[in-house]
Amino acid sequence: MSVQNQKLDMLALLKEAGIAALIAAALALPLAGFKTFDLNGTLTVEPRFNHVLIAAVVVFFGRLLISIGQKTFLPPIGQAAGNTAGSIGHIINKNKTLLLVLLLAAAIIFPFSPMANRHSLDLAVYVLIYVMLGWGLNIVVGLAGLLDLGYVAFYAVGAYSYALLATTYDLSFWICLPMAGIFAASFGIILGFPVLRLRGDYLAIVTLGFGEIIRVILLNWYEFTGGPDGIASIPKPSFFGLAEFSKRGKDGLPPFHELMGIEYSSLNKFIFFYFLIMALALITNLFTLRIRKLPVGRAWEALREDETACRSLGINPTNTKLSAFAIGAMFAGFAGSFFATRQGFISPESFTFIESAIILAIVVLGGMGSQVGVVLASLLLVLGPEIFRELAEYRMLAFGGLMVLVMVWKPRGLLSNRAPTIRLHNEDPSEQGAAK
Amino acid sequence: MEYFTQQLINGVTLGSIYGLIAIGYTMVYGIIGMINFAHGEVYMIGAFVSMITFLILTMIGGVWLPLALLAALIMAMLFTSIWGWTIERMAYRPLRGSFRLAPLISAIGMSIFLQNLVQVLQGARVKPMQALISGGFEIMEKDGFTVTISYLQIFIIILTIVLMTIFTLIINKTSLGRAQRATEQDRTMAALIGVNVDRTISTTFVMGAALAAVAGLMVTLYYGVIDFYIGFLAGMKAFTAAVLGGIGSLPGAMLGGLLIGLIEAFWSGYFTIEYKDVAAFSILVLVLIFRPTGLLGKPEIEKV
Repeated sequence: MSVQNQKLDMLALLKEAGIAALIAAALALPLAGFKTFDLNGTLTVEPRFNHVLIAAVVVFFGRLLISIGQKTFLPPIGQAAGNTAGSIGHIINKNKTLLLVLLLAAAIIFPFSPMANRHSLDLAVYVLIYVMLGWGLNIVVGLAGLLDLGYVAFYAVGAYSYALLATTYDLSFWICLPMAGIFAASFGIILGFPVLRLRGDYLAIVTLGFGEIIRVILLNWYEFTGGPDGIASIPKPSFFGLAEFSKRGKDGLPPFHELMGIEYSSLNKFIFFYFLIMALALITNLFTLRIRKLPVGRAWEALREDETACRSLGINPTNTKLSAFAIGAMFAGFAGSFFATRQGFISPESFTFIESAIILAIVVLGGMGSQVGVVLASLLLVLGPEIFRELAEYRMLAFGGLMVLVMVWKPRGLLSNRAPTIRLHNEDPSEQGAAK
Repeated sequence: MEYFTQQLINGVTLGSIYGLIAIGYTMVYGIIGMINFAHGEVYMIGAFVSMITFLILTMIGGVWLPLALLAALIMAMLFTSIWGWTIERMAYRPLRGSFRLAPLISAIGMSIFLQNLVQVLQGARVKPMQALISGGFEIMEKDGFTVTISYLQIFIIILTIVLMTIFTLIINKTSLGRAQRATEQDRTMAALIGVNVDRTISTTFVMGAALAAVAGLMVTLYYGVIDFYIGFLAGMKAFTAAVLGGIGSLPGAMLGGLLIGLIEAFWSGYFTIEYKDVAAFSILVLVLIFRPTGLLGKPEIEKV
């Protein structure tokens, strides 16, 4: 009896895998089965049916393996993985402070460890920029629940404000940084004012359009922005106006190593960049943590949960949303001006839609509203493609596939945290989790 | 006046293409309330399938042109539909009933994946193809400026009208259309009275993909140049068209598509061609401020 069952199962499984393979072949036939190429100026095609065959065979066995696995060995593994993840999550939640202190300590020690070289510091700075952008966007998407697909526009505004102010008026980084934030925030208010009365998805498309508009303007307004050539030789920041990082010092400022009484190292500048962006990111994070406990932060979260209820309680939705939008934009502006000074060169190419998509993916994959999740997701999404840089072509392919897989696997993000900051009955949410 | 007429013709042609893509967005949004971000890529796949079909037919030898067009149309619609179905099955169905942003992120991921897949498979360079349909009518001439409508433009406009008619009939008269409208209004209730909701949603994706494939075929013929990146901008404009016309409304999608096409044609005809994308979005923002539900959209009723 059981043997027969097994057999029937196998047949059904084979059939299922066969169908999957057929579909895969049909999918692959036009796109992989024929390769277009240029032959003496005219486009021709050449059949490559082996690709179709490979696709079909891979899908057949893949599907078969997964189906058999689902019946036999996958559920226990899945359960074990789920349990481990659950207990790890529990441990993380229990020892949150300790863990954060350890992480922070590691981050502070890192530039002085032997691991620090130009490349690793550059990468770390790169990740931290995205962490900061993720935390900034988290205010808009995670707290206020506004879907912003054009966040990169504010990043661009910040970067260009610093670059233009510094190259035309010769202003120092420390004066431009707050100005870049203010510019980006005012752009947020200008854009937000007409569109924030709209609901969810309309807002998404308008912000997406705005991101494109900013990019097109940057690309075409040649006299002002340099068009596709961008802006080059953007000055580096000084050490709080006290010293310079070059060997001799300039503009009447002493060199940094003499001021500090240490030996000259070309790494000093990069360590400074690292701490600068870390400080900026931590300010964003602290700000978010604090503002969640203020009336306006509470209003954001309430608005995210139920707009109609908020309206009837006398919260002005437009103004509340506008404040979230402007503050999110301001942090993007800070990050943008840091980006401009670190790169020394900016062009519209750095501010395409894909950047907005990556930042949004960081926020959502990390788990909306979770600050630690943003760090995890940035490491995954920024460092991952960076490691596989040699496989340039397949890098973005894997990136897209990974985004889909993580979403299908954990739709609420890796570390989801949507618990309201206050509750009516003072229950401990972690206790509840443990009871389950 | 002559110049105006010429831009009008160009705008309507472009608008037909946008409209066909916009229908896919508006139907999916209507039925499951998500922005199918990968729809632009579906259109791109449609363009590639039709170009490859044309190239194969040229390689085999001269095929009678209408037959070649028909073959490309069928091939593009068939294979692109399978892609549309698979995308829904793999990336969206597991996320049904999950929170609002999850399918959107999945769709963005899918869009990046498909773009790069085509880039890996077919190369990153632009694919030029020689024009298949050339020639046209001269409508009027004045001061050396001739207004022409090419055979291709006539083909595109007529094909769009035919497809739109078929499509409207399917939605309004068939049981499939009834199931779709029922699912759109209330998914749970539709399931309770025996509508196969999953299959209806799949069919919606397939129909949207088929129409996007036709748009892809048209763009291959019209511009003669495609690459793996065409889906992004076209998709964004088509979505703008859908929102402009009122998302969820089929005539609205077509109207929005036409408007976006006309705005673009007139803007590049009379002002600067660089800012034509900006023009379409600015109009969208203006419309949304004064009519937040779009031109033909129904006002949203809030239930507490």
